[in-house]
Amino acid sequence: MSKINFLKPNKSNLNTFLYLGSFLFFISLLDVFINSFFSTNLTGFLPGSLSFILPLILGFIGLFFIRIELSGIKQLDLINKHINTSNFNAILSLLIIFTVIKSIPPILSWFFIDASFAGDSKDVCTGSGACWTYIKVWIRRFMYGMYPNGEQWRINLSFIALTLLGSVGYFATDRFKKYLTLYYVVIYPLIAFLFIFFFISGGPVFFDLSYGIIAAILSIIVGFFIPNKFKFYYFLFVPLALYILLKYFIFYEELIELGKLDGLNWVETGAWGGLSLTFIISFFCLIFCFPIGMAFALGRRSEFPLIRYISIGFIEFWRGVPLITVLFMSAVMFPMFLPEDFFIDKLVRAIIAIALFEAAYVAEVIRGGLQALPRGQYEAAKSLGMGYWKMHIFVILPQALKLVIPGIANTFLALVKDTPLIFVVGLLELVGMLNLAKTNPKWLGFAMEGYVFAAIIFWIICYAMSKYSYNLEQKYKTDR
Amino acid sequence: MNFKLKSIVPQLITVLAVILVFGFFTYNAQINMENRGIDFGYGFLSQESSFDVQFSLIEYDGSHSYFRAYLVGLLNTILVSVIGIIIATIIGVIVGIARLSPNYLINKFASFYVEFFRNIPLLLQIFFWYFAALRALPLPQDAEAIFGVFFLTIKGLYIPAFIWENLNIFFYSIIAAVVSIIIIKTYAKKVQETQGKQIPVFLIGVGLIFILPLLSFLIGGVNLSFEIPKLKQLATTSFIYDGGVSLPPELIALTLSLSLYTATFIAECVRAGIQGVSKGQKEAAASIGLTPNQVLKLVIMPQALRIIIPPTTNQYLNLTKNSSLAAAIAYPDLVLVFAGTALMQTGKAIEIVSITMLTYLSLSVSISILMNWYNRKIAIKEK
Repeated sequence: MSKINFLKPNKSNLNTFLYLGSFLFFISLLDVFINSFFSTNLTGFLPGSLSFILPLILGFIGLFFIRIELSGIKQLDLINKHINTSNFNAILSLLIIFTVIKSIPPILSWFFIDASFAGDSKDVCTGSGACWTYIKVWIRRFMYGMYPNGEQWRINLSFIALTLLGSVGYFATDRFKKYLTLYYVVIYPLIAFLFIFFFISGGPVFFDLSYGIIAAILSIIVGFFIPNKFKFYYFLFVPLALYILLKYFIFYEELIELGKLDGLNWVETGAWGGLSLTFIISFFCLIFCFPIGMAFALGRRSEFPLIRYISIGFIEFWRGVPLITVLFMSAVMFPMFLPEDFFIDKLVRAIIAIALFEAAYVAEVIRGGLQALPRGQYEAAKSLGMGYWKMHIFVILPQALKLVIPGIANTFLALVKDTPLIFVVGLLELVGMLNLAKTNPKWLGFAMEGYVFAAIIFWIICYAMSKYSYNLEQKYKTDR
Repeated sequence: MNFKLKSIVPQLITVLAVILVFGFFTYNAQINMENRGIDFGYGFLSQESSFDVQFSLIEYDGSHSYFRAYLVGLLNTILVSVIGIIIATIIGVIVGIARLSPNYLINKFASFYVEFFRNIPLLLQIFFWYFAALRALPLPQDAEAIFGVFFLTIKGLYIPAFIWENLNIFFYSIIAAVVSIIIIKTYAKKVQETQGKQIPVFLIGVGLIFILPLLSFLIGGVNLSFEIPKLKQLATTSFIYDGGVSLPPELIALTLSLSLYTATFIAECVRAGIQGVSKGQKEAAASIGLTPNQVLKLVIMPQALRIIIPPTTNQYLNLTKNSSLAAAIAYPDLVLVFAGTALMQTGKAIEIVSITMLTYLSLSVSISILMNWYNRKIAIKEK
């Protein structure tokens, strides 16, 4: 009995157990450390499996000895509280510490010590580490796809310009704050459109868009003279009709000729690729899926049964099928549904498909926000004499959208992570380019480096997005 | 009158727009198909498929019909989803609980896992496992046996095959065990409610589920033997394992990445669920004298499950839909076999894509109906 008492650590023989326990614990750590960093086995004289688990046993006994409650030593109590509450926890903590120590040297040597950075051909990669030369040589393809090297400044310039224009919100003074929503919802997407069509694509596509601009300007000017009652329907139909009229009936020949006078070389969308394509697709899908999703969220809560059922059908259909089949549909089935001479670029088709797909998810998220609003908000708005649209635009949606920021951010995160799937329609963004580079006969055998590189890039993007959405959520939480 | 008109007009416009779009599409489709000489119909399903599939759960070769090929793809999809769901649930629950651990290291380790795997696109993970990690495995002739029976090689995982005799009797014994456990459980509940006695149902259940199948071995004439894979030389440098069951590397890469990826989301659901049960519940349960085990089993878990199940169902659905990424690494799932090869051969784009989409739709709907039923069963019964 006394023997057991002697072995049981308590406060009376604190120092004995503390010294003995920490000694054993450090011995075990030292063993693993030397084993992993200098690859010498201190306990090699023991039989195989015993030498393998000896540090675990030593560390466990050590942790058992120093597990003294309310010892009065601050650091010891802290350690006990955090990693050493029970036998089970002690073993798990030891296992995690050992795993980390064991995995540091191989990771370090693969990433940095044995890796090759210099040179520009496969021959320099003789070490056992990563071959970052491969990434260095291919970086332009990974970033820009097959986009001609000489023209890549166009992509860079567009992205820099769009980032600067996008950050306007941070610098806007209070006087301009109220126009920010309008700016981000209408003007900024339009500018982005112009940049991507005019600048990145170049060539006659811009002239195609110019009909759109003419139509928009004309219809906005005429729109001032339209009575308020019909304004909604006017802006729903007239600009589009005007655009089609201009494009197919009036200026067709002249502008085709004009198209040949372009200043920038036309780069077809098939040559776009790499990380920049990931950004382009995410950006456009983000712009499109938000209003579509909002419309279907409202439709699903509409009091008109037919609209409600159509919305439910739309949402449940897209949510029920995998994105890859949607892209298949856009690639092989959708062209069958269009008039024969009518051709839609495959990038546009992919963007439409992904936007519709994500719109269904956005719709469900927004619906959650609409449902979470108390009934009183609706009733108060109605009692002020607001109609359906006024009520939603000024009262309901601003509150509901604040509620669903984390959900929307998650959907956008999923959207970014889904972009690699466009390999189905033959577009190659970052992951697709990696697969292409991997099969190049001059650079066989570097799959690992490529995937690790892409994983790091995607991880940074997605992690930053999720942290940002968390911050937004916290910020708006205090507002309410 | 005005009110009626106000409610009819928007609906009419919407319906007209939908009909117009669909009509436009079908009209074009008809013209296009006429021009290309394709006729619409599902008759091709019974034609001979004349292509081979690498990995199939049912007997299949080129002489079977397209419908059979569809079944092969569907079964492969279901196989990978079921394995993935099981593994993802196990990992997810462990990690989710680990994230709530008071142990700082375990907690950080779990959140590191979640943040790491959640923020990398699934397709990239699949490619990584398939093209980079699994390619580093040894060749069949160099592979070392794991526990003497498993062989993990670059050509796949070889596991011993079960060879059963009188398998049906074994199944009956398991069914009998399950049925008797249910009966005992209802009886025990009745006894506890009327007399207050507790019957150790769990121990009896464990005993039954072991003893009855064991009896079937001893008395029922059931026999189980293992066929351990053996190395066989095809040519001087080409080896293969003969016998046993071989799991192709595509299946392994797909299951690994799907379950590791989905487990992060399930872990978050589990964490949210357990955190969602208020502390007062735990304290109240402890204060009426329940043991910690009983607190967990009778008070915390039933309430946590209510919060956990709906989002977890969504994750199961996502996993099933994500399994279609198999097409990227040539695992013969529904998309690759049917919407890929079969479509290429027949050119029946509309029929095949619509069948594929309907299949996924019905898979999702059936899982969600099942889970909704379960959810309703365990929901709080409010008066």
